[in-house]
Amino acid sequence: MAQTQSGAEGMHSLPALLHRNATQFGDAPAYREKEFGIWQCWTWAETAAEIRALALGFLELGVEKGDHIAVIGRNRPAHYWSMVAAQMVGAVPVPLYQDSVAEEMAYVLEHCGAKYVVCGDQEQVDKVIEIQENLHQVKHILYTDKRGMRKYDHSQMNALEDIMAEGRAGHYRFDAELDRRISEITYDDTCVMLYTSGTTGKPKGVVLSNRNVIESARNSAEFDHLTRNEDILSYLPMAWVGDFIFSVGQAYWCGFCVNCPESADTMMTDLREIGPTYFFAPPRVFETQLTNVMIRMQDASALKQRMFNYFMDHAKKVGGRILDGKPVGLIDRLKYALGNVLVYGPLKDTLGYGRIRVGYTAGEAIGPEIFEFYRSLGINLKQLYGQTEATVFITVQPDGEVRADTVGVPAPDVEIRIDDKGEIYYRSPGVFVEYYKNPESTASTKDPEGWVATGDAGFIEESSGHLRIIDRAKDVGKMADGSMFAPKYVENKLKFYPDILEAVLFGNGRDRCVAFINIDLTAVGNWAERNNIAYASYQELAGHPRVLETIRSHVEEVNKSVAADEMLSGCQVHRFVVLHKELDPDDGEITRTRKVRRKFVEDKYADIIAALYDGSETVSTTTEVTYEDGRKGSISATLQIVDVPVVPVSHQKVAAE
Amino acid sequence: MLDASDDGYVTEDGRKIGGVVMEMKNITLRFGGVVAIKDISFDIRQGEIRAIIGPNGAGKSSMLNVISGFYVPQEGEVWFHGKKRPPMKPYEVARQGIARTFQNIALFEGMSVLDNVMTGRLNFMKTNIVQQAIWRGKAEAEEVENREAVEKIIDFLEIQHIRKTPVARLPYGLKKRVELARALAAEPKLLLLDEPMAGMNVEEKEDMSRFILDVNDEFGTTIALIEHDMGVVMDLSDRVVVMDYGKKIGDGTPDEVRNNQEVIDAYLGVSHD
Repeated sequence: MAQTQSGAEGMHSLPALLHRNATQFGDAPAYREKEFGIWQCWTWAETAAEIRALALGFLELGVEKGDHIAVIGRNRPAHYWSMVAAQMVGAVPVPLYQDSVAEEMAYVLEHCGAKYVVCGDQEQVDKVIEIQENLHQVKHILYTDKRGMRKYDHSQMNALEDIMAEGRAGHYRFDAELDRRISEITYDDTCVMLYTSGTTGKPKGVVLSNRNVIESARNSAEFDHLTRNEDILSYLPMAWVGDFIFSVGQAYWCGFCVNCPESADTMMTDLREIGPTYFFAPPRVFETQLTNVMIRMQDASALKQRMFNYFMDHAKKVGGRILDGKPVGLIDRLKYALGNVLVYGPLKDTLGYGRIRVGYTAGEAIGPEIFEFYRSLGINLKQLYGQTEATVFITVQPDGEVRADTVGVPAPDVEIRIDDKGEIYYRSPGVFVEYYKNPESTASTKDPEGWVATGDAGFIEESSGHLRIIDRAKDVGKMADGSMFAPKYVENKLKFYPDILEAVLFGNGRDRCVAFINIDLTAVGNWAERNNIAYASYQELAGHPRVLETIRSHVEEVNKSVAADEMLSGCQVHRFVVLHKELDPDDGEITRTRKVRRKFVEDKYADIIAALYDGSETVSTTTEVTYEDGRKGSISATLQIVDVPVVPVSHQKVAAE
Repeated sequence: MLDASDDGYVTEDGRKIGGVVMEMKNITLRFGGVVAIKDISFDIRQGEIRAIIGPNGAGKSSMLNVISGFYVPQEGEVWFHGKKRPPMKPYEVARQGIARTFQNIALFEGMSVLDNVMTGRLNFMKTNIVQQAIWRGKAEAEEVENREAVEKIIDFLEIQHIRKTPVARLPYGLKKRVELARALAAEPKLLLLDEPMAGMNVEEKEDMSRFILDVNDEFGTTIALIEHDMGVVMDLSDRVVVMDYGKKIGDGTPDEVRNNQEVIDAYLGVSHD
């Protein structure tokens, strides 16, 4: 496993892989982007030429070895090219989240000391200029979209394509220098720096070497038998390690094609047009799609509904087993084949999953029903568990051993151990080099032997060898009576209901648990429409008595299911409120990757929590909100507190249905 | 007043405004006994954003209809590109490079956004009905060519995600944007916008303002617009004509107009005897 694949000698950097791809299969498609309604395509040979022109342009700008080049923008070929071009000249690419507000961006830009910034459009340029007023370190801003940029002072600014043209024109002057810099890249040089979103404190810059990225890409590609014929859709934030590994690491290692959507809003249409063979999405995407399918089926004709229900029931029975290669009777197989023609096939096609060979979901737990739904259609959807610090892969589910409640076995070359407190540690070739300019954090996360603490609590299931995650290690606590408090476990159960978008459980050190709930506007809004319930705002819908009643019944069901778990039966929800606003990354309540910042939420809504515990029936509150452009406002509301019956738990016998 | 020499002027933000594109000379428009416009003269210069404002019933829309050739004034002359314009049919005016949007959206509701915007390219289509029925060959090449122009506008106005959506299903703000797209598809030299922000919320207004400025900047299109929202008008336009009861009561930069006593009276109200 660990030795280098034949023909990959000297493949110690992405520029080297690019060169291999361009020479061995230069005519194969490398990038596609939908522009002006048409998929534009670049072959590997063309890509290599574009990236080289860009690298020459960087040299002309005076980029030095070791400089940091920030990239802020949506998934576009030019942005991926900027990152590889940066590596060619010995610089370090730092992709940033494009939707972060200026102050977050200011911190990261200052911390990495970026001298050059590649911006997607005017909006990002404006943010960088605003930051630059206090931070005089950026030497040059580059932008991809020329729109609206004409009037700017261009003394320290240029369009990316103009820099490429200058690079091409000046190639006689810089060719030798560029070749020298490419030849100097070693396996242990920094490949990329990615900032973790940080559920606590400031973001940390994770330094990943070429070794980390290439070995992780190779191992995972071999694990799933990825070839250069794959097509992927790149739509997840470029600053996220997953996108870097899928759209850059694996794409360059395997030589497959990266497809970029036209805009964030057209992602679903573009997904359908491309029909990727290898696909990654957070559970949220699958949930949204399933919700949309169900909503549309409710509007379909009676015949279609009956057909859908009949065959979906059958798929639920045998679909997963057929996918896992387990024995299934001939009649059932024939019936499934018929269903495939009538229902599953067309449905998969509509969703854009007609060609999927391997699909992954990670980041959050996925609802078992959602997971089974996709698998029963014959979509090979699997789970993995990973971290930026591990260059993604810690555990993955092998084909045929896929379950909703585990995250799989250790990925190739990864070792795992669980300490006595239940925290998961791992060691692998993908383990990050360091946190940039932060030796204390590096030392506290990674021990001298290379073991890294994940911060997650879990255990390895003895029967299967699969890892199961319980919660964030620091979030797992104790209730007043000493029983275990694992909020994520309960929250996930709540979030599996389409009506519930987000849930936050409180109860650490208390005698009972209470919860905040966010409704899902799409699902609940549609339900309201069908039931002739009028509402003027999110706030009004969230406070509607019938909505509260529905949510209460969901919570009650969750309580029953939680009570059945011996370890966690104390975590039943006694009271809850439906919040008057969605938890939002702009308000700092959740991270950009949509993980709840528990402590922050607890402090911000202390008044509501107090009311949940003191037995009052309503609570009036005023909340500060941040608009997309950074302005602040506030909303006030009176929230209804709802009591929920709990299943009594005795320590001898667990009362459950 | 502005320096209105024939070479134009330079705006506060450094844009160069050219010579006179359209000049209205002593326009009077009557409907029977009602005088909608009374002896009004003003000009529109190359590359500028020119606003026409005024209280309800001041004659703004009538003025726009005179510019677009839909109404023919009883008195006065319309000069376009240095020539006096004879009375014309609206389609002839369109061929001269004038396009407009409407106060009450006038799109084909059952057609997709793309098809609606394609109709804006009508003046660039040369094939006849028989050629279009056969389609292969000439009509096909023509469609591809025009589709490309339309796609650039779709990209510019960021409406890719609704390209294939029937217009009837779109919210109001987006319909307005589609209408702007259709007007732009005609590649106008002069773009007339009749209350482009009416009925919009603050965010939609900000978006629309951005698009209007971008259109002016990117394509160099001269724009004449009617708008009620004073904040928007003052931010967007280079020069403003103020009308009240069919008469012109002010003309100049936003600052000049803002300090004009007659304008203040018209908006805040004084007793008219």
